[in-house]
Amino acid sequence: MSEFWHDAGCVFHPVSAPDYLPETQLKQLQLHRLRAVVRRSYDHVALFRERMQGKGITPEDIRQLEDIQHLPFTVKTDLRDTYPFGLFASPMNEIVRMHASSGTTGKPIVVAYTQEDLRVWSSVMVRCFAAAGLDRGDIIQNAYGYGLFTGGLGAHYGAEALGATVIPISGGNTDRQIMLLKDFGATAICCTPSYFLRILERAPELGVNLRDLPLKAGIFGAEPWTDEMRKRIEPEANIKAYDIYGLSEIIGPGVANECSAQDGLHIFEDHFYPEIVDPETLQPVPDGEEGELVLTTLSKQAMPMIRYRTRDITTLYKEKCSCGRTVRRMRRIARRSDDMFIIRGVNVFPSQIEEALLAVEGTAPHYQIVLTNDGTMDDVEVQVEVSPEAFSDKVSVMEGLRKKLSASIERVVNIRVNVRLVEPNKIARSEGKAKRLIDNRKK
Amino acid sequence: MKMHQLSMFLENKPGRLSEPCRLLANAGINILTLSVADTQQFGILRLIVPDWEAAKGVLEKAGFVVNVTEVVATEVVDQPGGLATILEIIEEVGLNIEYMYAFTFRCNDKAVIVFRFDNNDIAVTALQAKGISVVGGVELYERARQ
Ligand SMILES: [Zn+2]
Repeated sequence: MSEFWHDAGCVFHPVSAPDYLPETQLKQLQLHRLRAVVRRSYDHVALFRERMQGKGITPEDIRQLEDIQHLPFTVKTDLRDTYPFGLFASPMNEIVRMHASSGTTGKPIVVAYTQEDLRVWSSVMVRCFAAAGLDRGDIIQNAYGYGLFTGGLGAHYGAEALGATVIPISGGNTDRQIMLLKDFGATAICCTPSYFLRILERAPELGVNLRDLPLKAGIFGAEPWTDEMRKRIEPEANIKAYDIYGLSEIIGPGVANECSAQDGLHIFEDHFYPEIVDPETLQPVPDGEEGELVLTTLSKQAMPMIRYRTRDITTLYKEKCSCGRTVRRMRRIARRSDDMFIIRGVNVFPSQIEEALLAVEGTAPHYQIVLTNDGTMDDVEVQVEVSPEAFSDKVSVMEGLRKKLSASIERVVNIRVNVRLVEPNKIARSEGKAKRLIDNRKK
Repeated sequence: MKMHQLSMFLENKPGRLSEPCRLLANAGINILTLSVADTQQFGILRLIVPDWEAAKGVLEKAGFVVNVTEVVATEVVDQPGGLATILEIIEEVGLNIEYMYAFTFRCNDKAVIVFRFDNNDIAVTALQAKGISVVGGVELYERARQ
């Protein structure tokens, strides 16, 4: 496939050209790539081939885009079950990078990239930055974590490909983040929205007014967030806050991004084919209706994903956007089909709490999140079982542990929680696994 | 001479303290002394028993987290100034007291104070050098029977 759009002669960033493809051309391109990726997966990934065979279909049966509905779904546990390399469709000598999830329980999820995959990844990140109005000359402070997590390196290479100046500061060390925002004059920051809230709160304590800095844009992602957070962030920091969407299983950050209209995220459909299905029946729902987002990587080589169930609930729509992009938009992810909860306007996953506890203790203790409401405000209590390793006969040590756990959770989810230490085995378990969330709020 | 102390994590709820005591009583284990350090949320129960290994087994079987710590028990005359002497000695060698608690025996004008120092060995040497009687576990048990 020739990259026929490269000299589109537009005023926008040239790499963004596919965002403006006419629908017929886009569909041609999607079909061409879909057939190729299905063939590739069928030939090289046993799990996919077996599922295709189970349904009695072959790659030749994909004749039009709608035929994607006949293909089997892929789910997160497929990645765990085939750990580490079972879903790779390229030999190791073509794979140039791996990333992995920071899974707190069991095996992590491993993803892989060929040289071409990395080029595509950078190009979609460029399109994200371009949609957010960034260009050569911008200074991008990249506060996503570098390492196995896809966020840091994904945003990093995208920002370099854009021609912007990257400050690869990685996550954490809020005081230093604020110092560099000020001293280096970053015009954009990439981080989780909850971490930016932390920066917002800390800056005044250091005598820094973010409103006075050159910072003009935030590319916030890696967790769901809300318009309420945007309404708080934008005036307080005098920036535009853009939502970026992505997931490691698909590529990392760079699947979709908001444009200047800040009204939904444009999906880079030429690489990631979106469908919305009813999470119960798994039947497709039409544009404009809510359901679970399912993504197929149209150009991924090392680890293609066919109809990957993201568990993210959203809506697709193709109404013309004021920015001129023609690719479809998706509504901001408001919820997931699994166990996220919303507390004081903040979306929280039990897994985030777990990671925060893990960060303190080294192992994830048994815990339970109890939500209550006294009639005015939601309250979160995280009950943590005291493990033999963590137990000390000194009150100061135990009290210190409680405070550390509480601070760690606050750092991760940006809400104040009350941590209660409880005796071991006091948290009820079913099938060996504790129920993580008890919601006692009156509905 | 040091002795073993059991400590347990307890939630600060009515009735929580009685359970370990009842468990030990049922197992025929005598509690020489106990102290509870508590906060609003939780408490740490510290126990001295004649047979700490058996007691630990009983408590752990019931699901409690039990730590074994070495502590130093000293005997002082149960009157004003008894404790001050010990504190002075400890201060002189530059040690810190993590915590302490005292108990007295029936028919005895001496008190036993249990300490956890940040370095028990140095503390024992220093106390004994100044003629303070450091009591061992067996000795304490014998005395409690008197
Ligand atoms: Zn737009």
